[in-house]
Amino acid sequence: MCLALPARVAALLPDEMATVDLGGVRKDISIALTPEAQVGDYVIVHVGHAIGLLDTEEAERTLALFAELNASQEAPAP
Amino acid sequence: MSTMKYIDEFRDGEIAKALATKIRAEAQPDRRYHFMEFCGGHTHALSRYGVPALLPDNVQMVHGPGCPVCVLPIGRTDQAIGLALDHGAIVCTYGDTMRVPASGSLSMQRAKARGADIRMVYSPADALKIARANPSREVVFFAIGFETTTPPTALVIRQAAKENLPNFSVLCCHVLTPSAITHILESPEVKQWGTVPLDGFVGPAHVSILIGSAPYEGFARDYRQPVVIAGFEPLDVMQAILMLIRQVNEGRHEVENEFTRAVNRDGNLAAQKLVAEVFELRESFEWRGLGEVAHSALRIRPAFAQWDAEQRFDLAYRPVPDHKQCDCGAILRGVKRPADCKLFATVCTPENPMGSCMVSSEGACAAHYSYGRWKDIAIVAA
Repeated sequence: MCLALPARVAALLPDEMATVDLGGVRKDISIALTPEAQVGDYVIVHVGHAIGLLDTEEAERTLALFAELNASQEAPAP
Repeated sequence: MSTMKYIDEFRDGEIAKALATKIRAEAQPDRRYHFMEFCGGHTHALSRYGVPALLPDNVQMVHGPGCPVCVLPIGRTDQAIGLALDHGAIVCTYGDTMRVPASGSLSMQRAKARGADIRMVYSPADALKIARANPSREVVFFAIGFETTTPPTALVIRQAAKENLPNFSVLCCHVLTPSAITHILESPEVKQWGTVPLDGFVGPAHVSILIGSAPYEGFARDYRQPVVIAGFEPLDVMQAILMLIRQVNEGRHEVENEFTRAVNRDGNLAAQKLVAEVFELRESFEWRGLGEVAHSALRIRPAFAQWDAEQRFDLAYRPVPDHKQCDCGAILRGVKRPADCKLFATVCTPENPMGSCMVSSEGACAAHYSYGRWKDIAIVAA
């Protein structure tokens, strides 16, 4: 029910709609709740609507934190 | 194999192991860490990826009531079925509600087999299309869910009003997350009896995209509970558990945000404005498992009464108790675990659910049935 997935906006359509690309699958969704969404942005899609934008810089920051943690554990103990 | 950007990276097994090592290193053996994951999405992720097995014994996850299908009371499903069977309406619903047990051995699915015109939709916009295509029929959208599904419902109500669509209405059963968390914190089991020890919350993922992190600040402060908002992927949940352990160790009780890639403090303001335009607070609403909870749900504002199924069909609400042996209520409050229920995996299975927690894949019982139940059973050599 709360399933929502990040998808890339591929094209803006009339009537607050957009085509999104989800791992190669294309789908038309409503962007009425995220009027600021532009082509190339990642949006979080839920029941056919973009409910928010994904901040890709923040995503990379979280992933970098994970990578750092992983690297610190692989390094031999001082 | 194709990759899913911003999904696969948050499921990396190597990093999960590194996080588990870090959790074991930082959890102090003489302390207790019992954290409630509010959302069914987290319950599902924990079970699917076997996260609890990676945690030390003193770090335990308590399932919360954040599964929208699970907290939908029988009386509301009865209303939806009644609209189809007694009023001849086309009732449009999310697929998740189809198998929820209702009164008289019925469910939406069984009512459909009896001739009720019940149609599964992916989006409320599909229900609007069905109303336009069937001008001689009443079409009702059965609107359930937390803050994530509410704005899409608001959009269709506003659109119906704009088109002055005469045959469309919404049975509004939208509920609010912060009220449910308060209710749990105020429940006797948590507050007085101490049967549900809670040391922190994994805060909602997608709900928080809409409402932001600010609404949880009151719980952290007033109830001295750490809250960490987390995404629904396994690494998100593990990182949140680590952040909660650190808060407990340092005696802090703050709202922290692990899901910064999608959640900020204020949430989606455009969606909040729309929701406030279409809906208002109900004084009280029944939740399955929690009972009547004050100010915990929304109703359609009088300005949109024409599209409110409760007004249009003059519906009265009749509460219906759960099956006597069903422990969904206690499971939803975190008092019992799925395997404690007599019906679990015997008469109640995902194929033939007796209680709502077995229906949705986000329900604690369905998640435990699908992914976790074998590890509780000791294997004895023949």
